[in-house]
Amino acid sequence: MSDFEPKMIAFVCNWCTYAGADLTGTSRIKYASNVRIVRFPCTGRIDFMLLLKAFDEGADGIIVSGCHPNDCHYTSGNFHARRRWIMFRSLCEFMGIDIRRIKFSWVSAAEGIKWAEVVNTTVGAIRELGPYEEYRKVAGKPKEVING
Amino acid sequence: MDELKKKATELLESLTVKVVIGYEEGTAGRTRALFAEKPEDACRLIYDSRCVQNLATYLTKREVRDKGRIAIEATLPVMRSIIQLAAEFQVSDANLLVLGITPDGKLIEFGNLAEVEAFIHQYPIEINQQDREELAKIEKMTPAERWKFWTDELSLCIKCYACRAACPMCYCDRCTVDCNQPQWIPVPSHLPGNLEWHIMRAVHLTGRCVDCDACYNACPLNIPIHLLTKKMVEEATVHFGGYQPTIKGEHIMSTYRPDDKDNFIQ
Repeated sequence: MSDFEPKMIAFVCNWCTYAGADLTGTSRIKYASNVRIVRFPCTGRIDFMLLLKAFDEGADGIIVSGCHPNDCHYTSGNFHARRRWIMFRSLCEFMGIDIRRIKFSWVSAAEGIKWAEVVNTTVGAIRELGPYEEYRKVAGKPKEVING
Repeated sequence: MDELKKKATELLESLTVKVVIGYEEGTAGRTRALFAEKPEDACRLIYDSRCVQNLATYLTKREVRDKGRIAIEATLPVMRSIIQLAAEFQVSDANLLVLGITPDGKLIEFGNLAEVEAFIHQYPIEINQQDREELAKIEKMTPAERWKFWTDELSLCIKCYACRAACPMCYCDRCTVDCNQPQWIPVPSHLPGNLEWHIMRAVHLTGRCVDCDACYNACPLNIPIHLLTKKMVEEATVHFGGYQPTIKGEHIMSTYRPDDKDNFIQ
């Protein structure tokens, strides 16, 4: 288990967190390389089905991140997203899906340091939790797909 | 319900409506939907405690809509569904007349949908005691037990989509589950697809479900899928103070508050 490296997917918004992650890079701040970033126009576009698909394809953890409240490029996309996250998290919890593996955060375009922190702490937490075997067993994907 | 029969006959004779949707005696002691198009059909209308199917599900069907103006025998959950459908621009006064049945079994005539809305607001959506206990039983389990419970239950699902057909809120011409570019949900009735389908159903019904139990009653395998939507109704109460179908008012999932809970967001 000690050599386990979690596979992480980050769904981020174009205007804040993606730019923030860019800043992390240009500031030469080093952070865990486990995360694969997927860019969206807005957190309001991040459908819960995408999160399920990430687990389905073998992700051990997910980060969903966007603009702070009141900073949305489209005024209210993140507020709507937050409502959906509240309900989706409750449903996941009720169904026994491990919600510790889904991390929600607000990271602005100026918060390069915070992005590195969010990724590092989340990767650390998932490393402790180990691979998401329960979901993988259900998804029934062959090992090569997960590791590929 | 002689009153109901009389009223339906009148409406059909005067051509006020083209069809009356209600319940009639079915086979094996069950009731089924009746589409009365001639005045003499109206005498088959019944109402009793077996009439639990949510008839509002027919209101969005093209073949029913095309008949013309509809009158519908509507129990409380059906009236709630109608108001939610009106809010989503699926029905209007121009194409619908509601023959309400009060919770104590009396016929009540409504002039328009605004009156129906006023009526249903006297009866807020509440999870009944028995279902509350079912929910509590699951909530008390550990996450691993809950996962086992749901994966066991949902692995029984045969993906017949009876739950979708019975639900008045599932009226999309193209459901995400039918979408194959991309293929969001695996087609076979195996656990991965079943799980995603039922999660999707519950999320898409959040803030819209009127807690009528039609999905559960329709399920040939008695999978307690109604508990998922009930849980969403309950969570809506916890986080957003609950909801009621309303034509012009605010809907919880299409609005927000700047101070919505965010203690789970870093």
